[in-house]
Amino acid sequence: MIRRLPIAVLLTAALLAATAAGAASPARVVVQDPYLEFRSGPGRGYPVFHVVDRGQSVELMRRRTDWIKVRGDGGEEGWVNRSQLERTLTPEGELVAVPGPAPESRTAHRWEAGLATGDLDGANVVAAQAAWAMTPTLLARGDVSQLLGDYSDGWLVTAGIAHVFMPQWRVSPFIGIGGGVLRIEPKATLVKAEDRTDETAYAGAGLRGYLTNRFLLQAEYRSYVVFTERDDNEEIDEWTVAFTYFF
Amino acid sequence: MDRRLHVLLLTGVALAGDAAAAAAAQEAAAAATETPQVVEPQVKRREIERPAIDTENFEAGAFLGTLSIEDFGASFVYGATIAYHFTEDLFAEATIGTAKAGRTSYEDLSGSVDLLTDDGRQFTHYDLSLGWNALPGEAFFGGKRAMPSALYFTLGAGSTRFADDDFFTVALGAGYRLLVNDWLAVRLDARDLIFDSDLLGDSKVTQNLQFTFGLTAFF
Repeated sequence: MIRRLPIAVLLTAALLAATAAGAASPARVVVQDPYLEFRSGPGRGYPVFHVVDRGQSVELMRRRTDWIKVRGDGGEEGWVNRSQLERTLTPEGELVAVPGPAPESRTAHRWEAGLATGDLDGANVVAAQAAWAMTPTLLARGDVSQLLGDYSDGWLVTAGIAHVFMPQWRVSPFIGIGGGVLRIEPKATLVKAEDRTDETAYAGAGLRGYLTNRFLLQAEYRSYVVFTERDDNEEIDEWTVAFTYFF
Repeated sequence: MDRRLHVLLLTGVALAGDAAAAAAAQEAAAAATETPQVVEPQVKRREIERPAIDTENFEAGAFLGTLSIEDFGASFVYGATIAYHFTEDLFAEATIGTAKAGRTSYEDLSGSVDLLTDDGRQFTHYDLSLGWNALPGEAFFGGKRAMPSALYFTLGAGSTRFADDDFFTVALGAGYRLLVNDWLAVRLDARDLIFDSDLLGDSKVTQNLQFTFGLTAFF
């Protein structure tokens, strides 16, 4: 029953999404680019079927990624790329810009979210990561990892900080430290193995490279010290690769 | 008395400084253009507004279909997905699905043998995937309706809970998304959930194919 709970939550979210999708607040702008190209779909490959000239007004209806659905004065509806709406005016003459990613966002972004996979001491890792950029070089970050090994499974939850040396470089090294909780659940086939939860701390280093103005690829090594209840602390290594979106 | 003297002196020094600076500035201005600038231009930075548009980059929904669990027959599967579209080409997606495994042919033939408990037959899978809208296009329904569509591929990693054990799972998928209107999509998905299993003795790579029909909403 508990296992089905996440599904129920997701289904509810989907239903809420469906009901929320109807509401949209239109905004009217005056075109300043020489012309706006109306495409039949939200993508660069869809055909242009209508053009609106400078000085005419359009209503902004909804946005999906870099495409904005607009309605012309004659009632034509089409998808326009954000780049053509960077210079528009309100009917009162105020400047309007539809924001999008720019090279500046590489160093000026606030949030990062990523999916990671890798290896922790022989176990496979599946992780979700998030980070908040306090400054372009200093990140507060956390991640939740599921560990899937041959002899034991587990979970690892950590929080920490990272320092990015050269965020303006295309590829930059970074270092990080943090701590968290490691839960190990040995497989049932092992005799007398008990689940255990230990605190852990890590120090690590890695490389991150910008793929575009919104994506990063990160490779990271972390050395964990697990504070076990036994006499000796345990030291384990983790290698991960993460695909990260920043905004 | 002292203080007043100070104030006077300071004022005098400040005025002298100002006058000298002004004279220097005037000289420079006069040197640059014949007519010195009389009126200070008042440059006011114009505010750039951001229009209130509904941004719909999330896509969430539910699916149902059939999952073929290797050695355990094909079962009804259902689940939910939530995706975030980064660009027109790329998206990330989290998927969770569950099915109840059937019986192996060995269990059926031998009669009374049960390899797994009833709870152990519950097959629950989740994964985090990256998707690529490889072939976007338009589909035509009759002569008047054109609907955006896309053939996409996904690759991800996750976990499968089966037989009271967790397995690291690689998920490969291909699918077709058809937008019925601006926010509602119909999806057909084919996915292969690949994991190493030693349930029947030797460890082997199992391929668990899943075909589903789904409805999703953009929000």
